[in-house]
Amino acid sequence: MSGRRIFTRPARLAAIAPYLWMALFFLVPFGFVLKIALSQTAIAQPPYVPVFDLTAGWSAFKTALSALSFDNFKLLASDDLYILSYLRSLVVALVSTAILLAIGYPAAYGMSRLPQRWQPVAMMLVIVPFWTSFLIRIYSWINVLQHDGLLNKTLLALGIIDKPLAWLATDSAMYLGIVYSYFPFMILPLYATLSKLDDTLLEAAADLGCSRLKAFWLVTFPLSLPGVGAGVLLCFIPIVGEFVIPDLLAGSDRMMIGQTLWLEFFTNKDWPVASAIAVVLLVVLLLPLLVYEKLQRRHLEARG
Amino acid sequence: MIAKSGAPLLRIASVVKRFGGVTAVDDLSLDIAAGEFFALLGPSGCGKTTLLRMLAGFETPDAGAIHLDGQDIAHVMPHERPVNMMFQNYALFPHLSVEGNISFGLKRAGLPKDEIASRVAEMIALVRLEGLQTRRPDQLSGGQRQRVALARSLARRPQVLLLDEPLGALDKKLRESTQSELMELQRRLGMTFIIVTHDQEAMTVADRIGVMDKGRLVQVAPPRELYEAPNSRWVAGFVGDINLIEGRVTAIHRDLDRVVVTTSQAGVTVAARTQVVSTGDAVCLAIRPEKITLTAGDEAAGAGGTNSFAGVLTDINYIGGLSMYRVRLDSGAMLKVARANARRTGDRFASGQRVSLSFAPEDVVVLDR
Repeated sequence: MSGRRIFTRPARLAAIAPYLWMALFFLVPFGFVLKIALSQTAIAQPPYVPVFDLTAGWSAFKTALSALSFDNFKLLASDDLYILSYLRSLVVALVSTAILLAIGYPAAYGMSRLPQRWQPVAMMLVIVPFWTSFLIRIYSWINVLQHDGLLNKTLLALGIIDKPLAWLATDSAMYLGIVYSYFPFMILPLYATLSKLDDTLLEAAADLGCSRLKAFWLVTFPLSLPGVGAGVLLCFIPIVGEFVIPDLLAGSDRMMIGQTLWLEFFTNKDWPVASAIAVVLLVVLLLPLLVYEKLQRRHLEARG
Repeated sequence: MIAKSGAPLLRIASVVKRFGGVTAVDDLSLDIAAGEFFALLGPSGCGKTTLLRMLAGFETPDAGAIHLDGQDIAHVMPHERPVNMMFQNYALFPHLSVEGNISFGLKRAGLPKDEIASRVAEMIALVRLEGLQTRRPDQLSGGQRQRVALARSLARRPQVLLLDEPLGALDKKLRESTQSELMELQRRLGMTFIIVTHDQEAMTVADRIGVMDKGRLVQVAPPRELYEAPNSRWVAGFVGDINLIEGRVTAIHRDLDRVVVTTSQAGVTVAARTQVVSTGDAVCLAIRPEKITLTAGDEAAGAGGTNSFAGVLTDINYIGGLSMYRVRLDSGAMLKVARANARRTGDRFASGQRVSLSFAPEDVVVLDR
C-alpha cells in the first residue's frame, strides 16, 4: 500500500502474537479472578454472588455490577491472619533468595572458571535432578529428614548427636527444600552472565593495578549484576507464592500466603476471599518486577 | 632515539616460553633503550604476542630473565609492574564511563583525588576526547574507543607502554592518522613504546623493528635497514614486496667491487659489499620492484648493458600513485616492477608489449640464507 509500512503481514501477526497470548491467557483469567474477588461468598453453584448473566438484559447486569464491593479486600487488611501470611511469605522469600544467592554465586562463578570441556558436565549436574518430578524430590526430603531418616541415622552413627533431632516440620527443613528446589533458577542466569565475561577485562584490571580480589569486586561483580537481578527475580517471585514446600516440610503453626489461599479456597470454600488474596499477591509481586524493569531500562539506555 | 650510554631500560635475556609441546618464544634476547619506539613484527603465531604478554606479566617465562631498569620482573605480578598495556580489543570496562576507565588505574595507585582529576583531564586533552567524559564505551566509535584505551594505559605514566595490534580494528584512513598521532605522542612524552603488529604499519612508526618467526627474532634493525638490507630470504619476503632470484656465484671482481652471479637469467652483476661470498656459493638475489627501471621496447636490453634484460609485459596492476608491472623475461622468470605514475597521461604501457628491465648492481641484495 504505502512505503511506510515496515512489517509484512506475517511479521505483524508475529509481532502481536505475544500480546494476544497475554490477553487470552493472562488478562481474561485475571478479569475473572478480579470479578470473583469483588463478589460475596454464597452457598450456591458457583459459590459466590452476583453472577453475571448476559442473557438477563441490561438492567440485571447493572444490578449485578452494583452488587460488587471491596469488602474482601477490607477483610484482608483488617485480619492479622492474612497480613502475617503475606509478611511470612515475603520474609521466607527474602531469606531463601539471600541464601540462594550466597550459595549460587560462588557455584556459578566456579562453574564459569572450569576448563571449557568440564563446563557442560557441571551444567548437567545442576539440571539432571530436574528430570525427576518435583513432588517426588520433596517427598524424598521428607524421607531424609524424618525421625529415623538418613540424616538422623548418619549424625547418630558419626556420634555428632546422641538422640534423633526433629528436622521435619521446621523452618530449617522448609528453607532446605526451597533452596534445593530453586538452585538452578539462581545458578543458570548467573552462570550465563559470568561465562560471557571477557577475560581480557580482568587482565586489563590487573594491568591497571588490581589484585585478583580487587578485580573481582571492581569488574566481575558489577558486570554480573544483570545475572544477579535475573536470578533473584526468578527465585523471589515464585517463592513468595510457594505452597507445596512449606506445606510438606514446614510446621503448620505459621502459614505462607499460598497456604492461606489454599485454605480459603478448598477448606473454607470461600472463593471471593481466595481470589482477593491472589489479586493482592499479584500486586505485591508486581512491585519488584517494576523496579527491576526500571533498572534494566536504565541499563539499556546507558548502553545507548 | 637509541640511548647511547648506560644499561638498556628493558633487557630480555634468553627468554623461553612453552605451551604444552609448542615453544612460543625460543631463547629470545633483546635490549630496548629508554624512549625507544620498538615494533615487534611477525606473522600470527610467531610468538610476538606471547613475548608482549610476558612483558605485561600475564605469562611467566619458563626460562630466562626480563630486566626492567635493572630489576628482574619476570615473576612480578602484572599489577605490580610499572608497565601498562593497550589491549588489542581495547578491553574497556563496559560499566564505566570514559572518565571511569581512564581514572581506573590512577585510583588503584592511590593518588589523591585532585591529582586524579587533573591527570584525567590531561589525558582527555591529550587524546582529544573532550565532551565525551561521561559516555560509556559502547556509545563511542571505534576510533574513540581506541583513544580511551590509549589514554587509560598512559594515565599511570608507565615506564614502558605495550601496544597489542593497536591499529588492527581501525579502517585504513583512521589507521594512518592514528599511526602518526601515536608517533607524535611517543616523541612528546619520551616514553618507551613496544608495539606488536603483523602489519607493515610498524614501518612508519618505529625506531627499530624486531622481526619474529617461530619464536625467534630473525632481524632487529631500523625500518630503512630492514627494508633495504634484509638479512634473510624470510625477512626480505615478509617485509614489503620483493623479487627473489636463485643463483650461484661464478665470478668475483674485487677490484671493481662487483660479484657476478649466474642464474637462469644468465649473469647478474651485483655489488659485492653486501655479503661476503666466495665463488661457487649458492645465493639468492633480492631486488625490490621499485628499484627496477622499465623501458618500452627490447633495444635497451639488446645493447648489452649491466643487468639489462628483455621480456614481455604480462599484466599491469594500477594502484593509483604506483602501478605494479609483471614482466616475463625471455629466460622465463617473472619479475615485478613498481613504477610511479608521475604523469596523468602519456608513457603508458600495455600488456603484451616488449620491454626492457634494468637495475643497478648496488640495488641488489645478496642473501645466502
